[in-house]
Amino acid sequence: MDWPFFTEVLVGGLLSGVMYSLVAIGFVLIYKTSGVLNFAQGAMLLFAALTFVSLTERGLPFWAALLLTLAAMVAIGATIERTVLRPLVNQPPITLFMATLGVSYVIEGAAQLLWGTQVHGLDLGIDDRPLEISGVLISIFDLFAAAVAGAMVAALTLFFRYTRIGLGFRAVADDQLAALAVGLSLDRIWTSVWTAAGVVALVAGLLWGARLGVQFSLSLVVLKALPVLVLGGFDSIAGAIVGGLIVGAVEKLAEVYIGPFFGGGIEGWIAYVAALGFLLIRPAGLFGAKLVERV
Amino acid sequence: MERAFPQGPLSRWQAGEGRGGGNRSPNHVIGATPMPAAALAPSPDTPAALAVERVSLSFGGVVALSEVDLSVAPGEIRAIIGPNGAGKSSLLNVVSGLYKPDQGRVWLSGHSFAQTPTDRLAHLGVARTFQNLALFKGLSVLDNVASGLTHSLRAGVLAQIVGSPLARREKRAVEERAEEAIAFFHLDSYRDRPVGGLPYGVQKRVELARALIARPHLLLLDEPMAGMTLTEKRELTGYIRAVRDRHNTTIVLIEHDIGVVMGLSDRIAVLDYGRRIADGTPEEIRNNQTVIDAYLGVAHDLEAGEGI
Amino acid sequence: MTDAVLKPSETSASGLPLTALGVGALLVVAFGVLPLVGGEYLFDAILTPFLALALAGLGLNILTGYTGQVSLGSSAFMAVGAYAAYNLSLRLPGLPFLLDILLAGVVAAAVGLVFGLPSLRLRGFYLAVSTLAAQFFVQWVFNKFGWFSNGSASGVITVPPLTIAGVALDGSVGRYLFSLSVVTLVTLLVWRITRSATGRSLIAVRDHETAARVIGVPVLRVKLFAFGLSSFVIGVAGVLWAFAYLRTIEPAGFNLDRSFQILFIVIIGGLASIRGAFLGAGLIVVFPLVLARLGEALLGGLFDSGVLEMSQRIVLGLLIIGFLIAEPAGLSALLDRALLNRGWRRLTARARP
Repeated sequence: MDWPFFTEVLVGGLLSGVMYSLVAIGFVLIYKTSGVLNFAQGAMLLFAALTFVSLTERGLPFWAALLLTLAAMVAIGATIERTVLRPLVNQPPITLFMATLGVSYVIEGAAQLLWGTQVHGLDLGIDDRPLEISGVLISIFDLFAAAVAGAMVAALTLFFRYTRIGLGFRAVADDQLAALAVGLSLDRIWTSVWTAAGVVALVAGLLWGARLGVQFSLSLVVLKALPVLVLGGFDSIAGAIVGGLIVGAVEKLAEVYIGPFFGGGIEGWIAYVAALGFLLIRPAGLFGAKLVERV
Repeated sequence: MERAFPQGPLSRWQAGEGRGGGNRSPNHVIGATPMPAAALAPSPDTPAALAVERVSLSFGGVVALSEVDLSVAPGEIRAIIGPNGAGKSSLLNVVSGLYKPDQGRVWLSGHSFAQTPTDRLAHLGVARTFQNLALFKGLSVLDNVASGLTHSLRAGVLAQIVGSPLARREKRAVEERAEEAIAFFHLDSYRDRPVGGLPYGVQKRVELARALIARPHLLLLDEPMAGMTLTEKRELTGYIRAVRDRHNTTIVLIEHDIGVVMGLSDRIAVLDYGRRIADGTPEEIRNNQTVIDAYLGVAHDLEAGEGI
Repeated sequence: MTDAVLKPSETSASGLPLTALGVGALLVVAFGVLPLVGGEYLFDAILTPFLALALAGLGLNILTGYTGQVSLGSSAFMAVGAYAAYNLSLRLPGLPFLLDILLAGVVAAAVGLVFGLPSLRLRGFYLAVSTLAAQFFVQWVFNKFGWFSNGSASGVITVPPLTIAGVALDGSVGRYLFSLSVVTLVTLLVWRITRSATGRSLIAVRDHETAARVIGVPVLRVKLFAFGLSSFVIGVAGVLWAFAYLRTIEPAGFNLDRSFQILFIVIIGGLASIRGAFLGAGLIVVFPLVLARLGEALLGGLFDSGVLEMSQRIVLGLLIIGFLIAEPAGLSALLDRALLNRGWRRLTARARP
């Protein structure tokens, strides 16, 4: 076996896995606090990237565009929470999921109605040159993305651990009734969590947009995040990271080493099949909480 | 720990002729060390309708049940009481196979199980109700009740689609039995209504009807009277006694209303912190110091008039 | 008064003749009147796709509405049905096409069973995500292996004309009547099942799996049955979609958007309701046409195909959200209420002399 090549594929996979984790984290944030699997995360990401790119193309400086987009994402997150999820409170999770499916259609349509359907390039000013580290070629962009993801996870962790609202998140995630009982405002926490999800969508949208070009298919990265969530558990940030790494690595390794036997193109489903196989052994995922059914 | 009524070795209980008949295989005889025979235990010739032998269960380190023994004679109404969190529901869930005990065995109509196969529960002649209503909300009262006979149907899907003689016969029989049960529980006026929107007390009756339509040998009731008015409780007590008297059904029920329990049960088992601390007739339980201590120690708000 | 009280139960004896009468009248119009008065546009652009989508919705409703298992991969089974029928008619030319359809449904059911296996261990979101595996895997297979499309270079297959018992049903009306017959038959089959003890077991599994197990419902078998039957019906819908409506087959026609479309039909029409599938499909087929006309009238040239597509997406999304919030039981419940209101008014009118 060609070990340097294997390492290169593996590292490439792990780094692209970080990109999946980025998307998955947005899901986990919302799922943890409100039990909603937010399918619209992909659409939000598309909206963020498209808005940012369109603003810069209209001559706005980087920071102004970033701030405006950020404001838009916060507004969208809060609006979804207010107008869609609040009226559906106490509905079964799968109903909420379908509602976010509807939301994703609205956002996708609105984003493209607003900014058009053509493909935009997005340049964040980072070279996508390969870098050689002890004989293994690594993309600088991937490293940058990994660093951003790492910084975001660190920021989220600090936020959860040390801020009042962050502690509120955790309380709500653990026990909504108890959180209510001690006077935490669910409204405020849910609004902030959707805001946070909007910010995560912005970060992920910019990185993914720079990688793939900003276009409709950006919305589909949500499909890459789902197997990650299945692997890592819907409610674990650590799971989203580890799951992302595993999915990234499995995808690339499988494409290189197994793909040729099938004529390639197995990237589209191998993650799902791997996640499924794993689930059959551990139905709650890697880090998901195992629930005892009470009857 | 006081064992008010230590049980005889189950192997002896199972030695007599039971429902299982002669097909009992050797592995049904437990090689447990014999315990002293009980003074008041049912006659050794009658196999228990339900026996639980040294069952322990824990959830991630929290002990729910600890070496619990229980033996219920055919036709007996047995109450299980105890403070909240004593493990009463866990015990019923072990008996019906929803939980797998860490150790111990469950005996049902002559068969011994490490985990009761829930799918075969109905075939074993066991039916149960749940602490929180477990009805099929989208189905009518009639369909909910009729579903209690699902295990007895033989006609396949195709036969049901084309309406073969067998399928039609079964359908008719099921409907007749369901109508009977509906009449017995005075549910006629709700017959075709989806069960989801009905009052709580009515839903409780529907659930009982669903359990009883199969004419089980053993009926497990988890807090059947919870949330009921006094009248409803009296009515339900009457139903339960009538079921036992008519069909000699063995009934195990968890209930918090001590007044109801004392009046209804033949024997009472008391659980506390997952252990069985007493087992005896209502009279004996009433005077059992361990029970009084455990109960009064936990539930100060128990009314003196409620019977202990 | 609560909804439950107002809602006439579908099983109520007094409601039955009315329903039967309504269905009878609809069938008379659909079979007897429309073919005489309808134009090509009505059949080709509205009725035939409506029938195929309604059938697909009905199939998904068995799984999601009645049995409570959410699937996001329905169009994969449409694809399996379509490709199976194509290959059967290509490779076993002696077989009558009706048998091809039946076998295509069986093939789809078999594939559905395989992808239904995870449902034995997984629930809720985990299961929903696992059904996406079917979506992507099946689409990949048909894309990757030229055998399925008989080596067609573009991957697009033109299907042979519909011929039943030597009679060519090639015209608009012929394809419509053929679809209508198949849909009527399959709907009858599904209706019988939902009314049977098996139908009761489906709902039991949906509403309380544990209680269902305790009373002796073979939960695992019921779930697999639901996956199989649902995939069979969706597979047949795929055959209609390909052979009666589009007359071509390509993998991209059975993508994730199609799966969502079928899910939306069920949500909008009403879960666990047979007519819901038809009402939902009707809305899904008609509203883009209405939207196009409306947009053109209001905005003229500004309303190009791109704008139309995007506004369709937005309206569809809003419809889903709106129904979930305001009427989770879908158009079917709205219809109930409308009928009941009319009946109520007539009653009160009669009461007042």
